[in-house]
Amino acid sequence: MSKGKYGIHGGQYTPETLMNAIIEVEKAYEHYKNDPAFQAELTELLNDYAGRPSRLYFAKKMTADLGGAKIYLKREDLNHTGSHKINNVLGQALLAKKMGKTRLIAETGAGQHGVATATAAALMGFECEIFMGKEDTDRQALNVFRMRLLGAKVHVVTSGTMTLKDAVNETFREWTTRVDDTHYVLGSVMGPHPFPEMVRDFQSVISKEAREQILKKEGKLPSAVIACVGGGSNAIGAFYNFIPDEEVRLIGCEAAGKGVDTALHAATIANGSLGIFHGMKSYFCQDEYGQIAPVYSISAGLDYPGIGPEHAHLHDTKRAEYVPITDDEAVAAFEYLSRTEGIIPAIESAHAIAYAMVLAPTMRKDEIIIVNVSGRGDKDVAAIARYKGENIYE
Amino acid sequence: MNNTLKANIIEANIIEANKIKANKISEIFADQKAFIAFLTAGDPSLDKTEEFILAMDAAGADLIEIGIPFSDPIAEGPVIEAANERALSASTTTDAIFDMVARVRAQTAIPLVFLTYMNPVFVYGVERFFSACQKNGINGIIIPDLPFEEKGEILSVAQAHDVDVITLIAPTSQDRIQMLARDATGFIYLVSSLGVTGVRSEIKTDLAAIVSDIRAVTQTPIAVGFGIATPEQATTIAKLADGVIVGSAIVRIIAEHGAASTPILIDYVRKMKAALV
Repeated sequence: MSKGKYGIHGGQYTPETLMNAIIEVEKAYEHYKNDPAFQAELTELLNDYAGRPSRLYFAKKMTADLGGAKIYLKREDLNHTGSHKINNVLGQALLAKKMGKTRLIAETGAGQHGVATATAAALMGFECEIFMGKEDTDRQALNVFRMRLLGAKVHVVTSGTMTLKDAVNETFREWTTRVDDTHYVLGSVMGPHPFPEMVRDFQSVISKEAREQILKKEGKLPSAVIACVGGGSNAIGAFYNFIPDEEVRLIGCEAAGKGVDTALHAATIANGSLGIFHGMKSYFCQDEYGQIAPVYSISAGLDYPGIGPEHAHLHDTKRAEYVPITDDEAVAAFEYLSRTEGIIPAIESAHAIAYAMVLAPTMRKDEIIIVNVSGRGDKDVAAIARYKGENIYE
Repeated sequence: MNNTLKANIIEANIIEANKIKANKISEIFADQKAFIAFLTAGDPSLDKTEEFILAMDAAGADLIEIGIPFSDPIAEGPVIEAANERALSASTTTDAIFDMVARVRAQTAIPLVFLTYMNPVFVYGVERFFSACQKNGINGIIIPDLPFEEKGEILSVAQAHDVDVITLIAPTSQDRIQMLARDATGFIYLVSSLGVTGVRSEIKTDLAAIVSDIRAVTQTPIAVGFGIATPEQATTIAKLADGVIVGSAIVRIIAEHGAASTPILIDYVRKMKAALV
């Protein structure tokens, strides 16, 4: 029987060699998610180590400048290691510990998930190996060194398009090679069941906090929640507890690269079609024969040809909307937030800021937008300088 | 069975009649140990793939596994992954592979089995894909990323078109072995080792124990693959299983010799087949 379905999406399309490992994770997660001691331990880690709850900050200058809805920023960029990735990683690492695993492996795109995994491994005493595409180790060199500094071994992936998708392939291959003592810390709400559900649960702390925070500050719910989407973990985290609130628009911002009418983008909902890949049925950028398309974005974290199955379902049911944001728009938003609020967002998160800049002026002043600032932009500064034609090196 | 399906099957049988009728997969295991050879379609070209298949058939191969190349073959090691990349760079498509299979089927009765990933089948259209398999003379299919739990995606359609969905059993299958084996048709693909495809110097899995678990619930023949390259390894494996599958060692010959691989493949297949006693 097929498990982990979101409408027609999801499932467990994974090689037989990994099935028992995946079932083991599924059983362990089913047990520990209802275990108060596990949840207490995780909450303590999230609060005392990662710095939760993250702030919900009223962006006063941005709001005034755009002249429409009130904009609040959910500050996942202030978490330890600089992004929302730590929420999921602490959950999975703790679970791996309970399962008796001694080694963590993970893929990474921008390097944020790799850094978070290496951090949790250092904290909890795991061996750690990270797989990262060569194109990404080049554009995110600082994060490669951070992972090494934390004691992880970084494998440079030179197969395929040498980006996030290929890093995922290589991590799956590594897991089939050594499965007994190893847990694969998947970084997004993708892959075979139980990963999309488990990662969503660990990330849903974002919307749990944001919903309480906005009700406390404003006494009402926001009109819209905006987040960037690659695989979709920060977005599902930011959306999840608002899904039953039908009056709240949920908006995911996909990477449109040079534009959705060019070949150089990673906009899965805008240009993808139904497929089965990386363990799940969902939407993918692909050709008529089901070959996965090379995708492109300035943002290594959004440079992925698929989207998590729950997002695909939220799109099908029209509960969430997905909009494409180009490199140019994201870079403009990156600079705008830096100058207007003194907050340098990750280039991934800048895709969400960019859409808030479009949407806010069209809304009434008594309406509220929450933008998830999924990560901070320190890692992107050199790449943005190069994008602007300034040749600085890290 | 609905009428469209019936009509498709009748049409397929008419076309079938103009070709050589394929032998059944089970027949190759009847009175001998089988040698199963894998290659990637379109590496270095589909014309060469056709030539290589016929050459290996003539040299003694009992079944040919034809890889439909995929952009992201997550169960493959570097050798076969590179073959996938070469084939796709040569613009190999599923349609052109079906045409090549039809040409092969016009010349031989050897059982032909596809190996590919779920996405190329799903996106082509499951009914359209298996209908084309039947029409062109494909006997079975191996899909590494389609586990038992998701077989419903294709099983009834494949069966309606007389295509065996080959069951994979891995060293990690443990308590799943008998559940998997019970439903198996064609042959069982027993994965010899953890990890991805590729030549190995030593196979450490306790294959005898797995084989005995399988035999307890099914008569379906067992072929062992992953990591087998030498006649000595083939002899050892043939003592406990019904057949031996070789992929990476063959693909490596093609990678090295390209269009000129035929005589080397013939020599290799003869040696391997002779080792299966």
